[in-house]
Amino acid sequence: MATKKELFKYTLSRLALLPIMLWIISSLVFILLRIAPGDPVDAILGTRANEFARESLRMKLGLDKPLINQYLEYINHLLHGNLGISLNTQEPVKVIISRALPASMELAIFAILIASLVGYLIGFLGAVKPEGKIDFWGRLFGIGTYALPPFWAAMLIQIIFAVLLGWLPIGGRLPPGLSPPAPFTGFLLLDSLLNNKIEIFISSFKHLILPSLTLGILLSGIFSRSLRLNLEEVLKKDYIEAAKSRGINETRLLVRHALPNTLLPILTITGLTVSSLIGGALLIEITFSWPGIALGLQEAINQRDYAVVQGIVVVISSLVVVISVVVDIAIAYIDPRVSY
Amino acid sequence: MPLLISLKIVPNGEFGLGNPIFSAPSINHWCGTDRLGRDVCIRTLAASGVALQVVFVAVSLAVLVGIPLGLLSGYIGGILDRVLVLLMDTLYTIPVLLLSVVMAFLLGRGILNASIALCVVYIPQYFRLVRNQTSQVKSELYIEAAISMGASPLWVIRKYLLKNVLTSVPVVLTLNAADAVLVLGGLGFLGLGLPENIPEWGSDLNMALVALPTGIWWTAIYPGMAMFVLVLGLSFVGEGLEKLISETSLQD
Repeated sequence: MATKKELFKYTLSRLALLPIMLWIISSLVFILLRIAPGDPVDAILGTRANEFARESLRMKLGLDKPLINQYLEYINHLLHGNLGISLNTQEPVKVIISRALPASMELAIFAILIASLVGYLIGFLGAVKPEGKIDFWGRLFGIGTYALPPFWAAMLIQIIFAVLLGWLPIGGRLPPGLSPPAPFTGFLLLDSLLNNKIEIFISSFKHLILPSLTLGILLSGIFSRSLRLNLEEVLKKDYIEAAKSRGINETRLLVRHALPNTLLPILTITGLTVSSLIGGALLIEITFSWPGIALGLQEAINQRDYAVVQGIVVVISSLVVVISVVVDIAIAYIDPRVSY
Repeated sequence: MPLLISLKIVPNGEFGLGNPIFSAPSINHWCGTDRLGRDVCIRTLAASGVALQVVFVAVSLAVLVGIPLGLLSGYIGGILDRVLVLLMDTLYTIPVLLLSVVMAFLLGRGILNASIALCVVYIPQYFRLVRNQTSQVKSELYIEAAISMGASPLWVIRKYLLKNVLTSVPVVLTLNAADAVLVLGGLGFLGLGLPENIPEWGSDLNMALVALPTGIWWTAIYPGMAMFVLVLGLSFVGEGLEKLISETSLQD
């Protein structure tokens, strides 16, 4: 059993590592961008640009200064929340990211809801009757969703529901005719409700269904697998046997005795999958042309906009690192058995 | 697969100038043709060879870098160990696709470049695996005995550690290969990875995406299906290996 003091110490040590990890990430991105073969100036202007244009761009990017100064300036800017300016649109990268982030989060929240609903249901039903029919198909589902390329799954769903059946829109966040309400939270569903625009609410909800369903189903495989494995292990424990011999019925046993004990390992796994969630989410966003972070990233890649790519990578990776540390600490507080 | 192409059994996937564009699946073109008239079936098959090649190079590179680093870090310990662990842990938390996107973005397109971009993602996994096992095995009595009898570090690593550590590598390797196929596809889908003239599922699918709203489904179905089957197959092999290894180690 961990004492309060140990717990506190653990929390502190994790929190102390956090800035170091963030520093490593941002330095890594900086170093990679500078040592990479190919001149950013060439990449932006092409090799045929004249000498004057090249020099002025070099000055603008700050590439004429010594490397160490560039690095210090970059870190200094990051500390002040300055992510640089887009080479393409001349907008601050921060603005580009904060405009796109709510859309991504809206999608992610709905996807996680769907994933936990579907995943836990399948995993639970499978563990109730191990080696049964549901269990077999459930396990197949778990492996299958892992092996599905996210963008391909998204395209299949588009083909079925949007192209063949025509039930739902194929992509985007709103039909071209409708203009979004004044952004307040950035979450379109909330904004349209706040502005009393039911039409926009319904339309944006329709646009949300397919992408969040795709991402949710892909993630549900991980959820169902981990619940299934953990339940199976818990059901083998002595106290379950003891409860059984006391004549507690099966359903009650599962729901009241076994299930609560599986929640922590699952929280751990969910925390660990955040980073793979993001990969899938990026690709699904692009397939559905969902105007989130990923679309911004792809645009920046195609335009070879170094500043935007750098900003997006630093921000997303930092988010992931922060989330994983928070999950670690949360688990330590909830679960007295975790040793550190 | 490259063998089949060179033997002219399967024609090269790059050319399709004589074919009608976007023709639906038919006797002549089993899976239809794409926007340049290339046969989807042939292109999909050709891409499998390329994908396997890239993934194989990437995973081997990751093993070659990750395992020695892990051995070194676990065996020597101290400050070097701490720094390497922190670095690798940080790398590990960066989303896989994002890390390889950065690498591929910087390195540009190409078979070797794509392999390097992928291998960076998997190095931390081998490092962690090997390092943790090394530092565990290191404190075993027989290693200490060997050291006290004057065995050199290199000899200890080769004789005792490597064998212990290597048993779990094949499983991770196949599972990583499965994952790498998906990431490579993701890179291609984003317009990174392999050069445009090389058949690749991800970039083919991205082209198919543009044609999708007009009801052209065949360019989208087949490359993805091939990817799905390859990843599924590799994961099954990985799980089978895991079972095999845990069974044989039980028998020992």
